[in-house]
Amino acid sequence: MSERPIAQGQTNDAPAPPLAILAELTHRCPLQCAYCSNPLELAAARDELSTAVWQRVIDEAAALGALQIHFSGGEPAARRDLEQLVRHAAAAGLYSNLITSGVSIDRQRLAALVEAGLDHIQLSFQDSEAETAERIGNYRGAQARKLEFAGWVRESGLPLTVNAVVHRQNLDHLEDLLELALALGAGRIEIAHVQYYGWALLNRSQLMPTRAQLETANRIVAEARQRLAGRLVIDYVPPDYYAQRPKACMGGWGRMFMNISPTGKVLPCHAAETITSLHFDNVTEHSLADIWRSSEAFQRFRGTAWMPQPCRSCERREIDWGGCRCQALALTGRADNVDPACALSPEHALITQLALDDAAAEATSFVYRRPPRRGSARMAAMSEPASK
Amino acid sequence: MSDAAEDSLPRLAPGVRLKFDAARDCWVVLAPERVIMPDETALEVLRLCDGKTSLGAVIDALAAAYDAPREIIAADVQALVGELSQNGVVRL
Repeated sequence: MSERPIAQGQTNDAPAPPLAILAELTHRCPLQCAYCSNPLELAAARDELSTAVWQRVIDEAAALGALQIHFSGGEPAARRDLEQLVRHAAAAGLYSNLITSGVSIDRQRLAALVEAGLDHIQLSFQDSEAETAERIGNYRGAQARKLEFAGWVRESGLPLTVNAVVHRQNLDHLEDLLELALALGAGRIEIAHVQYYGWALLNRSQLMPTRAQLETANRIVAEARQRLAGRLVIDYVPPDYYAQRPKACMGGWGRMFMNISPTGKVLPCHAAETITSLHFDNVTEHSLADIWRSSEAFQRFRGTAWMPQPCRSCERREIDWGGCRCQALALTGRADNVDPACALSPEHALITQLALDDAAAEATSFVYRRPPRRGSARMAAMSEPASK
Repeated sequence: MSDAAEDSLPRLAPGVRLKFDAARDCWVVLAPERVIMPDETALEVLRLCDGKTSLGAVIDALAAAYDAPREIIAADVQALVGELSQNGVVRL
């Protein structure tokens, strides 16, 4: 591993340690969700990090001060060494979270994960109704498997979060999704409007909610938060395209999270690779601490000094941290422009018009998330249940 | 939201734990996809959320520790426990 000289002055204002790392163990996934924000160029199984490298990364993350690790993907259970990595994280003192589709983990494997020290499970639902859910994820029989898996999680005593990515095709079922979370004994539900990166961006015209749908959803969430206080924690991610102010993407660039891709690239957010002008260091070449503290990519949009006007003098600059760089690039052509979700962006009218146009688009079929090459498609299929 | 009853037995919710974090030199609450840095009072309350100590006894303990009028401590603890319950950190 090469050592990187620390730039002048950096030692005095070293960033606070990250709160959590997102370990994208693999891009393999039995589901092919149209809203997936993974990159279009999915990593092949043969290019994934080894068990030993992930173990070192976990140790380095804990030493750097990270408190939680989110095992994600793709479907993290497609890695046969998931139990080993969970065990390693527990030994390092990290709070571990498994972000899963739930369709490929049987009861025995769940028991092994619990025994290895897993702390929490986040289970995705594409809809409350099987037919729509399975059309969105392009996986027949997924819903029954998910429901069964949720039952095993409840039986195991592990805390459960239901994750529901919402959009035009399922937003009318939001109340049913809330009921589903309660029925499954979840302590928390995450209702997240689609973030339009990767595959989701390709499907934007099929996913964008109407303004009326959004207003209804906002009302349902506000009412449910009152009614279910103390029973169900509701986290809600509103949609950028109808926003007046941007979200604090990742809690600010390089402030809280490190996302590690299946091939070992360390990213400030999972979509950051769309910013092709940035170079992302790899854990096989640098230590996590070096990358966090002084890599070009993490430094580029950290803090407020990089900001254009009106962000730099905005009173909200340390609330939203300038919003989302990937969105600025995707919609305005420059990653260092004002996030167009902000009403103060010169391009704000464009994003609002995109939302209105897409929401009114005719229904066509989805472009499903698929692996890039024939060889890796077979690899992904091998990790799926035989009954598919 | 109405106040929790003083005979309720607050406990940490499943999947929530208190940990001393050497990197930050402070106690942290680790919860599902949340990290909370409790202040001194919140930390004392959380330590007493063991499922055996009643909310009333938690208030008594803090009133004694801070040598403060019980009704003032009771209001603070009720507000705090209410918030922790809403965040899914504590179950009542």
